[in-house]
Amino acid sequence: MNELRELACTLLTDSTVHVIIGWEDARRGARPAFITDPADTDRLIFDTRCVHDLVTYLDPRRDNVAELGRIGLVVKGCDAKAVAGLLREAQLTRDDIVLIGVRCGGVLEEAELPQAAPLTPENVAPRCYGCDNREPALVDHLLGEAQPEPPRPIMTIDERVAALDAQPLEERWAFWTEQFGKCVRCYACRQVCPLCVCERCVAEKTRPRWIEASAHPRGNMSWNITRALHLAGRCVGCGECERFCPVGIPLSLVNRKLQQIVGERYGYTVSDDPENAAPIGDYRLDDKQEFIK
Amino acid sequence: MSDAIDISGAAATAGGEADGFEPRITAFVCNWCTYTGADLAGTSRLHMASNVRIIRLPCTGRIDPLFIIKAFERGADGVIVSGCHPADCHYASGNYHARRRFAVFHGIMELIGVDPRRMTFSWVSASEGAKWRDVVDEAVTNVRALGPFDAYRALAPKDAGVAAPAGPSAAAASASAGAKAEAS
Repeated sequence: MNELRELACTLLTDSTVHVIIGWEDARRGARPAFITDPADTDRLIFDTRCVHDLVTYLDPRRDNVAELGRIGLVVKGCDAKAVAGLLREAQLTRDDIVLIGVRCGGVLEEAELPQAAPLTPENVAPRCYGCDNREPALVDHLLGEAQPEPPRPIMTIDERVAALDAQPLEERWAFWTEQFGKCVRCYACRQVCPLCVCERCVAEKTRPRWIEASAHPRGNMSWNITRALHLAGRCVGCGECERFCPVGIPLSLVNRKLQQIVGERYGYTVSDDPENAAPIGDYRLDDKQEFIK
Repeated sequence: MSDAIDISGAAATAGGEADGFEPRITAFVCNWCTYTGADLAGTSRLHMASNVRIIRLPCTGRIDPLFIIKAFERGADGVIVSGCHPADCHYASGNYHARRRFAVFHGIMELIGVDPRRMTFSWVSASEGAKWRDVVDEAVTNVRALGPFDAYRALAPKDAGVAAPAGPSAAAASASAGAKAEAS
């Protein structure tokens, strides 16, 4: 942690960056911190409560963040994948940001704890299981010691998707209409997503009104399918949409299903290599087409 | 959506049999291959089911999955998406992009529990009038077996229901509203 604070202090003092975005300890647990004064760098922390994907603040349309100046961002491996996503889609210039990578051994499901807790199958964020990027490669500085692998959660996301897939169509429909039926259309999933960066979201289009705006099951179905589809092959699985959802819709299951589809069909794995072209928007002449007559 | 465009294909059922269920199927086809193929089927006087309403688009690459969702919202029981065979696209690669997009769409609809037989994807070239007939007949047979898509209609807000088509097809709309009441 001292390593992180010292580096942040140096970067701010010599004006390499104007703001460091990282995590700090607050009354209710870990929370995002914007540090602009070198004297404040001792507030920075990194522990298992640092679950937030801070890459969402790099969205070029967040002008209140952009006006702070050049950003130094603390990233875990999963966050670095989101940065790669933004680079891939030309939303960012690599030279405009300084990435401080932290070696990560998994995080908790919940950020709001008074102290960092060791990870157990009960409290670990399910997305951390099987993580392939615990030492981000995209970064300018890599801090911390090598970390052990995160524990296996009681039920992995893949197991939950498989359990759902094994159910008959009617039961799946009943499950998802109930889940999406809870949606209040607050769009927290969109606001927190590091890759939802459209200038104008299709959900706000009114001429024509493609997605009904009020929170009823039909509009909710349309919104939730569209949100997932727009992230197909782009979602990095940071799980922030689900964590922020005020009504607890298991969005990771939809996101993971799409990851599985692009993985199986197009051999695509989300990585923090921005040169790795995303599967949607790309094609091969011999793509599988067994569902087409 | 502008109400001037009836995307549900509801009008296709206006002349349907009063006793049986007549599927409403919306077909999204590309201008260059399938539309011309469907035209050929017509000018060749091929007999086929009349439940399909065609919406012509420049290319399968122009078909946003939201079109399909909107068709279901407006009361379609099934959809067909059809365009040029691979390597035949008028715009060189539109159908390749569409192929990936619909593979993903197909997967998510299956996860959510929509019967894949309600969605037909096909490649029909301008010379394949007979194939278009087969695609249409098979889609209609499948959807007829599955019955009306009441599950989607039941998602409608309680006061709205299926968008009521104007004119002579109003009867079809009230018929489907009755079906909805039964379902709920």
